[in-house]
Amino acid sequence: MISTILIIGGGQAGAQAVDTLRREGFGGRLVLIGDEPELPYQRPPLSKKYLSGEMTADRLLFRHRSFYDEHRVELKLGLQAVRLDAAAREVELADGEKLSYDRLLLCLGAGSRQLTCPGATLPGVHYLRGLGDVAPIQAGFKPQARVVIVGGGYIGLETAATCRQMGCEVTVLEMADRIMNRVVAPLVSEYFAREHRMHGVGIVCDMRVVRLEGAGRVERVVCADGSTHAADLVIVGVGAIATTLLASAAGLACDNGIVVDEYCRTSDAAIYAAGDCTNHPSLRFGRRVRLESVDNAFEQAKTAALNLLDRPVAHDRVPWFWSDQFDNKLLIVGLSQDHDAQVLRGDPASRSFSVCYLKGRELLAVEAVNHSKDYMAARKLIAERALLNPEKLAVSEVSLKDSM
Amino acid sequence: MAKIVFIEPGGGRREINAPPGITLMEAARQNGVQGVVAQCGGACACATCHVYIDAAWLAKLEPREEMEEGMLETAWEPRDNSRLSCQVHITADLDGLQVTVPQRQGQGQG
Repeated sequence: MISTILIIGGGQAGAQAVDTLRREGFGGRLVLIGDEPELPYQRPPLSKKYLSGEMTADRLLFRHRSFYDEHRVELKLGLQAVRLDAAAREVELADGEKLSYDRLLLCLGAGSRQLTCPGATLPGVHYLRGLGDVAPIQAGFKPQARVVIVGGGYIGLETAATCRQMGCEVTVLEMADRIMNRVVAPLVSEYFAREHRMHGVGIVCDMRVVRLEGAGRVERVVCADGSTHAADLVIVGVGAIATTLLASAAGLACDNGIVVDEYCRTSDAAIYAAGDCTNHPSLRFGRRVRLESVDNAFEQAKTAALNLLDRPVAHDRVPWFWSDQFDNKLLIVGLSQDHDAQVLRGDPASRSFSVCYLKGRELLAVEAVNHSKDYMAARKLIAERALLNPEKLAVSEVSLKDSM
Repeated sequence: MAKIVFIEPGGGRREINAPPGITLMEAARQNGVQGVVAQCGGACACATCHVYIDAAWLAKLEPREEMEEGMLETAWEPRDNSRLSCQVHITADLDGLQVTVPQRQGQGQG
């Protein structure tokens, strides 16, 4: 008999699990523990419309408070779970309260990778992960404020675009030879670098930051080649690390994330995990992955909730991701790692194109720039393991779904 | 406030008073309207907040943009009155609007 379910983590996955558990008829005690003080909210706008002030905080909430009341969800917000005793099936919170469970779901998310060079902790150096990180950055938005962004990934570039739109002078420093090098084709990197430069953002690649300097507050960023970049504000976006400490300290198997199977089960029979914190099998791509993805958090949490209720269902999704930078929308579906060919559809100069990744004739992934049709068609084709004709594929006038 | 009526996939009727300025999707999601999944939270990136707009109200909405058109093309059972609810902003003009939530969201992957 499952009478108490605890969920640790009030992000996308935790919020979704609450929803699914109640919709699927779980009538027992349901507790959601989150270390942030706010009701569960969506994170993607934090670097975009929320940072710019276009969107207010109440619009970020997944549900109003009344939803949690109506569904008898005990919210323990602004409280960290500090200890997990798997043998005793007990969780201890920062305020000393101890909660027992029959089933536990860990939705711990991921935390920002920290810059470790000298000066990295000076005031004026910011990360962007939670709602509370935004106001201190916004306080630095003054016309011509010099913003240096360390890292040219999604967060860095989205934040760069927003800061530029707010009137700041923005420079992005990227360690690799191109921006978003881990997630998109060179052609797509080039397109976005051009877009940023056209809007007045400085993009500097092959540039490693060695220290931050300033008297009591960051004033400049010094790079390995000796160059310096004056800064009123530094924003660091150099990747994320799965949050696993609570799990590993309790003896759960962890390896770049909490290790789970396709049923979201950890190495402890009463504990499940979902979202950015998991290292899980991708059934479609036949290997283990750790994804930082809204879709994965959402779907894995749904699946975990069903499995928690002893309704076995496997997590089997084609991952997808998106990024908004200026007026461009990048939509990515699939995982491209094992490809042996890339096919360009359309002309980047037209500002709408896509790059398709093939292994033989099998479509593995698509990166679509301002091209929602190719993206949506690809979601279906990749899930179905469709085999395409590369010659037809290269003709952008032929729709993707007709490129068999 | 504008009163919006949602017909849920099971036939349930939900009346919600929504403040102008937010989107139809936000009004549905915050109040837990069934069937409006809204995975991407309004970025026009997932097509899981698809709704059918009552015919009498269609003319009062801004037309679809190209990105939304592309997303809807392969959504579950698109119709002429299909919209992504994240792209519809609530205005005082929409007081009384009725929308129907499809039986499913998404596409091949459901």
